[in-house]
Amino acid sequence: MYAYDELDRTLINERVSEFRDQVKRRLSGELTEDEFKILRLQNGVYLQLHAYMFRVAIPYGTLSTKQLRRLAHVARRYDRGYGHFTTRQNIQFNWIKLAELPDALADLAEVGIHAMQTSGNNMRNVTSDQWAGVAPGEIEDPRIWSELIRQHTTLHPEFSFLPRKFKIAITASEHDRAAIKIHDIGLRLHKNADGETGFEVLVGGGLGRTPFIAKTIKPFVHGRDVLSYIEAILRVYNQYGRRDNIYKARIKILVHELGIEKFAKEVDEEWRQMGDSELRLDHRAIEEVRSRFSYPAYEKLPHMPDELKQAAHDPLFERWRKNSVSAHKVQGYSIVTLSLKPVGGPPGDATAEQMDALADLADKYSFGEIRVGHEQNLALPHVAKRDLPALFKAFDRLGLATPNVNLVTDIIACPGLDYCSLANARSIPIAQELTRRFANHDTAGLIGRLHINISGCINACGHHHVGHIGILGVEKNGEEFYQITIGGRADENAQMGTLIGPAVPYAEVADVIEDIVEAYLALRDRPEELFVDTVKRLGVEPFRERVYATR
Amino acid sequence: MTSPLEQKKIRITGPSVVTANRTWDGAVVYRTAQKGWSTELSDSAIVSTSDDARALLAEAAADDVGAVGPYIAPVELKDGGKVKPGNLREQIRAKGVTIDLQVPA
Repeated sequence: MYAYDELDRTLINERVSEFRDQVKRRLSGELTEDEFKILRLQNGVYLQLHAYMFRVAIPYGTLSTKQLRRLAHVARRYDRGYGHFTTRQNIQFNWIKLAELPDALADLAEVGIHAMQTSGNNMRNVTSDQWAGVAPGEIEDPRIWSELIRQHTTLHPEFSFLPRKFKIAITASEHDRAAIKIHDIGLRLHKNADGETGFEVLVGGGLGRTPFIAKTIKPFVHGRDVLSYIEAILRVYNQYGRRDNIYKARIKILVHELGIEKFAKEVDEEWRQMGDSELRLDHRAIEEVRSRFSYPAYEKLPHMPDELKQAAHDPLFERWRKNSVSAHKVQGYSIVTLSLKPVGGPPGDATAEQMDALADLADKYSFGEIRVGHEQNLALPHVAKRDLPALFKAFDRLGLATPNVNLVTDIIACPGLDYCSLANARSIPIAQELTRRFANHDTAGLIGRLHINISGCINACGHHHVGHIGILGVEKNGEEFYQITIGGRADENAQMGTLIGPAVPYAEVADVIEDIVEAYLALRDRPEELFVDTVKRLGVEPFRERVYATR
Repeated sequence: MTSPLEQKKIRITGPSVVTANRTWDGAVVYRTAQKGWSTELSDSAIVSTSDDARALLAEAAADDVGAVGPYIAPVELKDGGKVKPGNLREQIRAKGVTIDLQVPA
């Protein structure tokens, strides 16, 4: 956990007071909506179909139990008793009243949570691997760097009015769980030949109507220089980024139009002019932030405790363990992923009761810490293996033991037309129907790793381009239709999926996905060949034939 | 399901209303003939020409304190004068989400 200092606390509290005054002036008519909109957006407040939507940041996906209980309180007191975890380590409340928002913000500020820069054309929440600090083989905890960037960019005047929003993600593991290649800047922590820690810097990734995979702009930037290098990128973007056309305003368009070599040259020139500035991080500054992260006092525990050996006879426990429990860097401990994708449920939603109960379990079994991942699931990062059987039973009672992590029913979905004012089509009911079609967890297990991503419009909040199967809602003559892509992926080998054919109507989407999965089962050359690898080997044609032959 | 952002291009082809979100709580509201706002679609002022629609929209937009983001939305008039939302987006705004929530709405 990271402990905020007095400066952070003061900043957050001042922001609450400022926003309270802005809301008061808006409600009295002193501020028009045009004047107020940019102010509310800077505090994570959107206006959606039914109500205001309030987006709260969970920096690098780390939450304390105190914070999770406070999110439950906000859900219960100011909303309709639930929250929605997003693909960028935020939580959204869908039914909040503007008049009550300052009180909600004040309640969150008491536990060090805020909504600054969760919307608007500024630097958004810096995201990271939800397994940061506990993943085996990690170079080092990437949250230290996330926090340094967060501190530097929060309310930074140069980054508060960018051409468009700007997102950074950081990973420090070989397997990318932070989807860095679809971010404006992706940072991959690694060591150079001299054993120094630094970053491969990628730039210009993003989805939406013009999707791009990020390109490497610098293979190695020393850790001490990462702030200045990021600042150089942002200065070039600020100078040349399009402000006349919202659809061409993201940095990915600039990188694409200039070409990565020319863009890199501009950045290098800017960086050279900055020289050895105050942005160079000295050892003390890095260690100061590092020291504010606390880590559990792990016990020395056996690799295979008796409790685990005994529980292995329970097939339900074993299925869950194999699916949802991952290796930890410390012997005797595990990382436990909690699926927020129950059969028939809206992906990523958690009720206030679930949040409170989970906080109790995290206190009991995970040193009071919870993580939020971009796949819209949660994790307990420090669970002793001996406690896994008891934890499973507790999760099961809460409806949080669905053994479908990374399987066909672990669907990423945006809120879609049920909530979102930009959407053309619904996402959640499609996801719900698919979870019912593949409700048999044993069958889902046999299908293996398969990521379905659903977006209700081209803005791609459900990351459909990089789903193994991507589903994009479009409108045709007032009706909901869905384009299907296959072969996308968001990991270290990120790539966009390929469209398999004409869009299909709402009622046929689940049938089409079933056809695609059946085709995969028939086509894979062995059970271990993942869906995405079969698509890579054979291309989309066999799947296209299967889907459209009878349609 | 056409976005309100495209409104300026729209000429109405059937009965329409002006809808927005109430400023203090964001609730869906409809412009009434009495120059106020109501949460009930049945209370809305219904227009059937593009000129009347634009006039109603202009009058509604002038009330910036009462509601946010007014736009013209199609409706269907059923037998007996009952007013129904004219598309799925407006149906969802009028009746709520189409999914079962885990908690009471």
